[in-house]
Amino acid sequence: MKGGGFRIYALAYLLFLYAPIILLPLFAFNEGTVIAFPLTGFSTKWFVQAANQPTLWQAVKNSLIIAGSASVLSTVLGIFAARASTRYQFPGKAGLMGLIMLPLVLPEIIVAVSLLVVLLGLGINLTIFTVILGHVLICTPFTIAILSSAFQSLDRSLEEAAYDLGETAVSTFRLIILPLVMPGIISSLLISFTISLDEFIIAFFLAGTEPTLPIYIFSQFRFPQAVPVIMALGTVLVACSIVLLATAEYFRRRGLARSGAKDTGGFL
Amino acid sequence: MTAAAKPTMIEFRDVHKYYGDYHALRGISATIRAGEFFSLLGPSGCGKTTLLRTIAGFEEISSGVVLIDGKDTKGVPANKRPTNMVFQSYAIFPHLTVAQNVGFGLRRANLSKEETTRRVAEALEMVGLRGYGARAAHALSGGQRQRVALARALILKPKVLLLDEPLSALDKKMREQMQVELIKLQRQVGITFILVTHDQEEALVMSDRIAVMFEGEIAQLADPETLYRRPTSRKVADFIGTMNFLPARILSETAQGIEVEAQGLGRMLLDPTQAPGAASGTGVTVGFRPETATILFEGQKADREAMGTIEEVVYYGDMTYYDIRLDGTEAPIRLSMRNVFGRAVLEIGARARVAWSPGALVLFR
Repeated sequence: MKGGGFRIYALAYLLFLYAPIILLPLFAFNEGTVIAFPLTGFSTKWFVQAANQPTLWQAVKNSLIIAGSASVLSTVLGIFAARASTRYQFPGKAGLMGLIMLPLVLPEIIVAVSLLVVLLGLGINLTIFTVILGHVLICTPFTIAILSSAFQSLDRSLEEAAYDLGETAVSTFRLIILPLVMPGIISSLLISFTISLDEFIIAFFLAGTEPTLPIYIFSQFRFPQAVPVIMALGTVLVACSIVLLATAEYFRRRGLARSGAKDTGGFL
Repeated sequence: MTAAAKPTMIEFRDVHKYYGDYHALRGISATIRAGEFFSLLGPSGCGKTTLLRTIAGFEEISSGVVLIDGKDTKGVPANKRPTNMVFQSYAIFPHLTVAQNVGFGLRRANLSKEETTRRVAEALEMVGLRGYGARAAHALSGGQRQRVALARALILKPKVLLLDEPLSALDKKMREQMQVELIKLQRQVGITFILVTHDQEEALVMSDRIAVMFEGEIAQLADPETLYRRPTSRKVADFIGTMNFLPARILSETAQGIEVEAQGLGRMLLDPTQAPGAASGTGVTVGFRPETATILFEGQKADREAMGTIEEVVYYGDMTYYDIRLDGTEAPIRLSMRNVFGRAVLEIGARARVAWSPGALVLFR
């Protein structure tokens, strides 16, 4: 066998990465309250219990509002930035783009604490709105990265051709640019939605009295009897995340195929 | 030729274009006639594409005037100009079908659906793509994309069609075929075609007139034959085909002719039309094309003969190129000879008698 050692390493690595996630549905469908082997029997009661908790539903609602708003806002900002950075040359462009992309590598706890200090200093109440603000900040670098590659693969002469054939700048954007970058926009929406949905630190600091789903989950861990319910909830969340990301990647690839560009690797 | 009687379609008056400090167009003045197949020829970076884009309205000129059909184009945006362009990359909209691409320009014309369909079919027919309307644009071959781009630009019946190196992405065979098709198409529609190319052969084959550009200036504007036979500068002569240069000096000059003595060729009297260029101050030379001189074989005689030694032989099948150093010269000249059946190709080191004629010479000074 070729590279036997590396093969074992790779397997162990994957196991370490995914085994805990596989345990999630395992215990979610387990009869017993205690998270331990052996399993005691198949049951969907934890899912039913989860569905019957009003505080959980409130948290889900908050999270959906936040993720929805943050993904739309950050994608819109991303479109502007990506368009500007791929089409125009202006002084200080590289530095400016670097600053915008910085939250990508900045520790989230730093971002969260600084935002909290500033918001409190300004006398702004902590609500869903402040969480949206924080999430837009951390999502925008991702949307710019995705959308820049979409705008980059656009041949400039496509715009000029539409313009040359009598269209205005606005109708050219609508008829040519938008359809061609649409897969990128959808992919950007889905990825920023996912990021916002399971973001914990910023939400924890800025949510005030309106907890998001991750905060709710964290708070429930104090009660042992609630743990199987959380397992059930976690299972649902993992399933949703996989579906969202797979959809995003599908649209990204379709966009490349459509414009005839070469795949240079995406997020997945 | 009745070209001179045609009205002017485009006029450049002292057009300058700066990109920051870079002086891309340096005082272009020229006229392009209606219905003409006009080429802008030059090496990359000479400003030919910039000049084309000033006609389309994609580049704003820094100073000067560009008139299209007698109207000043200042402040007129690209979408309001009576010109359409075929882009180097063809710029076919990849998310639309062939028919949607071709009919794109008709959106603004408010035609009925039937009329649009009819005109799209007509345009596709014209470029030889009948029945391709429903195809997805990204599934086309290079040659087909080229045709779609042509149909899309011509469907609006522009006054001027601008072609930015449209054949450069095609392979040699396809390119030669498209050259002929473009000429035919231009004759058929009668629209002024302006072609940008760096391929001198392409320009010679296709154009009614050619403007040769170097470094933002038009070096010479003439019909292909004049350009080839009477280039006004060594630079133009070198860019278009091959030309041999021999150092010379002017002995006397009158209205009847210029008496010249050239290295390796001796004394001769040239007609004033054989010195079409202005003095450049870089020294006097005479030039001639490889095919205007021939090697004489035994028994052949000519009015003007020069002796030389063959230094290099390049065999091309139908032609052989000989590099011959004429006695009394430093650098070899190149001759091209058609290979005649039964006559042997000469060998390196052989002595050769070269027949030349003063009428084929051009004087540069």
